[in-house]
Amino acid sequence: MTQLIKDSIKTFIIENFLFGDTSYDLQDEASLIENEVIDSTGVLELVAFIEDQFGFVMADADIVPANLDSVARITTFVAKHAQEPALNKMSA
Amino acid sequence: MCGFGGYFGDGVAPHDAQPLLQRMVAAIAHRGPDEQGVFTAPTVGLGHARLSIVGLGDGQQPMTHSSGDFTIAFNGEIFNYVELRETLKAQGHVFRTGSDTEVILHLYERMGPDCVSLLNGDFAFAIWDASRQRMVIARDRMGVRPLFYTTIGKTLYFASEVKALLQVPGVQAEMDPLALDQIFTLWAPIAPRTAFRDIFELEPAHLLIAEKSGMSIKPYWQLQYPDMGEPATYTDERAAAEELRALLTDATRIRMRADVPVGSYLSGGLDSSIVSALAAPMAAGGLSTFSVTFGSAEHDESAFQQQMATALGTHHNAVACGEGDIASVFPDVIRFTERPILRTAPAPLYQLSGLVREKGLKVVLTGEGADEVFAGYDIFKEARVRRFCARQPGSRIRPHLFRKLYAYLPGLKQQSAEYLAAFFGAGDDSMDDPLFSHRPRLRGTAAAKLFFSGDLRQTLTGYDAAAELASRLPQDFGRWHPLHQAQYLESRFLLPGYILSSQGDRMAMAHGVEGRFPFLDHRLVEFATRLPPEMKLKGLVEKHILREATKDLLPDSIGRRTKQPYRAPDSQSFVGKNEREYVQRRFQRTQDCRIRPFQSEGRFEAL
Repeated sequence: MTQLIKDSIKTFIIENFLFGDTSYDLQDEASLIENEVIDSTGVLELVAFIEDQFGFVMADADIVPANLDSVARITTFVAKHAQEPALNKMSA
Repeated sequence: MCGFGGYFGDGVAPHDAQPLLQRMVAAIAHRGPDEQGVFTAPTVGLGHARLSIVGLGDGQQPMTHSSGDFTIAFNGEIFNYVELRETLKAQGHVFRTGSDTEVILHLYERMGPDCVSLLNGDFAFAIWDASRQRMVIARDRMGVRPLFYTTIGKTLYFASEVKALLQVPGVQAEMDPLALDQIFTLWAPIAPRTAFRDIFELEPAHLLIAEKSGMSIKPYWQLQYPDMGEPATYTDERAAAEELRALLTDATRIRMRADVPVGSYLSGGLDSSIVSALAAPMAAGGLSTFSVTFGSAEHDESAFQQQMATALGTHHNAVACGEGDIASVFPDVIRFTERPILRTAPAPLYQLSGLVREKGLKVVLTGEGADEVFAGYDIFKEARVRRFCARQPGSRIRPHLFRKLYAYLPGLKQQSAEYLAAFFGAGDDSMDDPLFSHRPRLRGTAAAKLFFSGDLRQTLTGYDAAAELASRLPQDFGRWHPLHQAQYLESRFLLPGYILSSQGDRMAMAHGVEGRFPFLDHRLVEFATRLPPEMKLKGLVEKHILREATKDLLPDSIGRRTKQPYRAPDSQSFVGKNEREYVQRRFQRTQDCRIRPFQSEGRFEAL
């Protein structure tokens, strides 16, 4: 399941912030903000995507780099909070 | 593409029939400068002004079927008439002309009013069915071509524009106060209501059948979206993009059918660039493209227009909308829109159709409809961000996402979260409100009603145009995805009520030019309703699937352009050196009883 979550997040980032450029080497641990992949409003687009896709709502206190600044951190955070029906829909 | 008028009933004395029809046709002669004709029979009259596009030599109207049973007056085009004629021929029908008009007659002979279900086109027509003694009137699915009607006693009068109905003795040009409220809330009257009291519009996708015993009106097609949670028809984006491309290519191909050259509008945006790119290789002798340019950088897109025209190798033509032009043509614009409008955007389009005509063309393709069908408007993104904010009311972070919207309003990027939340009314509306997506726009527009006179406001006390709109929504609307709800509101009301009429048909036909809209081919519209919302609005990227389906057609700079809404200078067009005498007159306190009820005491002068 974690892999599915990671793939889904990677695809979103590539399509929305890297113009669909699959040749970009998007490392799991790399900082999305420091590498200028995402800016501060981009983070909110990512939050909107996570909420729509994984069926939970993020509090302001959760919208911080510790949870959202790399593919790995996002995946860990999402895996902890994702709702079952949304995950089932993904794996169907 | 033409205009027509007519009547059914015994309200017209036989000796008045011809002169009345001639007056009606003369009032809309701009729609059909090539030929005019009338048909009369006891209690029936049809008049027609023709813009010859298909069947130049033999498509005169009104046209009567060889049996003598059916006579038609028709405005528009049936784009699949070639295929329909072949099918009918195989069934034994014999044609006397090469026109699409005759195809409708034969299809009607075979199917009666149900024939509309097989028509792929932009049309309004009236068929006098002598065999059943009934008048059958129909309008296309999306509302491209207009049709207005009124009744006096038991006689029905109908026409392509209201000005033809005003030729009928006893029909008055009187403002409908409820329509005014609707316009100053929703941008357009809710059909069948028009700006004129007791004059109605046949709604898109509706049939009107008038018989001696009475009149019935019913829909023959409905814009429908799947229920949320229903298994998706399309899950593979690539396959969906391929189907989209095939449909759009065919929609463009059949819209290139004409016995005269077909040109294309080119705004520099995504939609008209796609249409022009698809049409260019199909245009014998090369494609002519037409653009408006503006002096102000805020509105001008000429660099993109030039870039696209060069990339496609079109014969490009542009008309400059200079300072003062909007004020100069505005009275004419209103004469053709036949209703108050809240924006000046139709005025440059009026100039543009003039340019098309001047260059000798009378048919143009446009990119209109893509924003409704594939979710291109900022209002769709705005609604998504408002919902995003509403999930965590009071969030100090979420409203920053509004900065992603309205690229043409750079000031927004500097604003605080509190300001953005207040500006967009985040948190003001219930997410269960069927009009959630449009509430900020409705509130903003309705502010203009402050300028209504006290008398008018009194007349409108208790009336709520938005509530009336909500009451007109289909039963299953509440089960649709929020994006689909918003698309429905745009496509079913604003598209025919403003975009296709005030900016579309009326501005083009003012100069005898026919607009054709590949994105509004009903096959493409139906296909797009079944696409998952995220294929249309992906994150905050509008028309995602359309971009995917056409990315090989356009330079990246156009294909990845964020939507730049078509706008024209508004208030500055009428003040300072652009002010015209008619503007001054309108702002003065008037004793004119036609205008006075609409002027608030004090506020007009204060302006």
